Amino acid sequence: MPEPDIKRRIEAVYQSESRAVLATLIRLLGDFDRAEEALHDAFRAALEKWPEQGLPDNPRAWLVSAGRFRSIDQLRRQARFEAFDPLAHDAAASEPAAEDEGSGVADDRLRLIFTCCHPALAADAQVALTLREVCGLTTEQIAQAFLTPVPTLAQRIVRAKAKIRDARIPYEVPGPDELSSRLESVLRVIYLVFNEGYIASSGTELMRLDLASEAIRLGRLLTEMLPETEAIGLLALMLLHDSRRGARTSRAGELIVLEEQDRSLWNRAQIEEGSALVGRALATRRFGPYTLQAAISAVHCRAPRAADTDWKEIVSLYDLLLSIEPSPIIELNRAVALAMRDGPAAGLELVDDLLERGELSEYRLAHAARADLCRRLGRGAEARAAYGRALALTQLEPERQFLQRRLAELAGG
Amino acid sequence: MRYLCLVYGEERKIGEMDDRKCLACDAELRARGQCVASEALEPVATATTVRVRNGRLSVTDGPFAETKEQLAGFYLVEARDLNEAIQIAAKIPPAEVGCIEVRPIRPIREHPRSPRPHD
Repeated sequence: MPEPDIKRRIEAVYQSESRAVLATLIRLLGDFDRAEEALHDAFRAALEKWPEQGLPDNPRAWLVSAGRFRSIDQLRRQARFEAFDPLAHDAAASEPAAEDEGSGVADDRLRLIFTCCHPALAADAQVALTLREVCGLTTEQIAQAFLTPVPTLAQRIVRAKAKIRDARIPYEVPGPDELSSRLESVLRVIYLVFNEGYIASSGTELMRLDLASEAIRLGRLLTEMLPETEAIGLLALMLLHDSRRGARTSRAGELIVLEEQDRSLWNRAQIEEGSALVGRALATRRFGPYTLQAAISAVHCRAPRAADTDWKEIVSLYDLLLSIEPSPIIELNRAVALAMRDGPAAGLELVDDLLERGELSEYRLAHAARADLCRRLGRGAEARAAYGRALALTQLEPERQFLQRRLAELAGG
Repeated sequence: MRYLCLVYGEERKIGEMDDRKCLACDAELRARGQCVASEALEPVATATTVRVRNGRLSVTDGPFAETKEQLAGFYLVEARDLNEAIQIAAKIPPAEVGCIEVRPIRPIREHPRSPRPHD
């Protein structure tokens, strides 16, 4: 095979296999840093050997075996020099059995996800570690995506790895009794990554990494390995939200609200996939908040025009959602949907009750919702005051522009 | 691996608990070989804090930190990993009114470290 060809194929193998190889090496070597070093050694070996020998039948197994061999060899050599380092001794002595021992390898990426999202790690460390180890992003990419200085983020990852090692957080998929609570923390991390990307994608930071796509990739990986209802629900939710990406902002970067979006710009393939997943999750009857939010999003996606939206269905889905997860923000969303079903006056009554309770008094979208309902009721002065309040509370440029536009329209009309 | 489970809580709330419940938990952990040592502490009003600065001994009344939730006792447990230690900590009765801090024991006798300049 000509040289450039094999280089390209090795690059492709790196893209598709490096994370799986890393996940297995962590299990075999029992240490994140050692596994990362072994991964690099394995690819270095591949670059040396594959151009002569050709690609092996099973590149992943070849890489795992090469990485593990090199790492253990290195430990042995170190142990000879530092005969009294008991840790190095232990790791070299406890050689695990063959790499391809049954389900072990298949579960390694799942082990890696659960370990990176372990609740004993700080929430921001869970996110950083997952993007670094599971998605293979560089520290610089993650730092840039979260607008965090690189040294801060690097420190966060180092600390998390140290805690995994020193507190002995096990490298395992939790058993059935712990699974649902541990899965919750994995789903929270994925959704956080998605939301960060979703919000950023409408901002001025066009150079920021596509975190939304990264989160969807993670969601796919998780549901392939662990088709739990809420994991499916979250993947559906992300696909459906993301399907509207192309319609959410104007060329100038202004926010376009759902009812004013050009629906021909929505990604049909993603909507179909997301809606099918919603159906699958609802059918299990063990669904939770992610599935229900996805179901609501699917109803929106189904409507050919904004006026065709089935608000009755949406309100009843919100009722169900509130019954399993009471939250003022969900109440607010329900009030907005109810305003669409029963008219703005009924919605405004609920929004005002909510604002009076105080929990949402600093929440920009509560004031934006009140403003919109007042505007539709022709109560201009109240609408202007509420838009002004929302404007003072928002920090996102596209939202600011949207609210200013509304205010200008009110002043003109 | 050993973990120290530190029991924290408001003294009033911990005081309202039935000691027999804690003793039963302790007996169960010991029967499974999971408890190496455990004790309850007298209230924080009995605490004395000792410091040595520049060779001078300083003794002050009270605990190291004045907080609402006080150290009320400890369990030194034997667990396979952090997950098992968390499971054990969840069984300690004051977990219901206060909280349990789980800290891995550093094997200082087996692997003493030389001073590290910085982390």
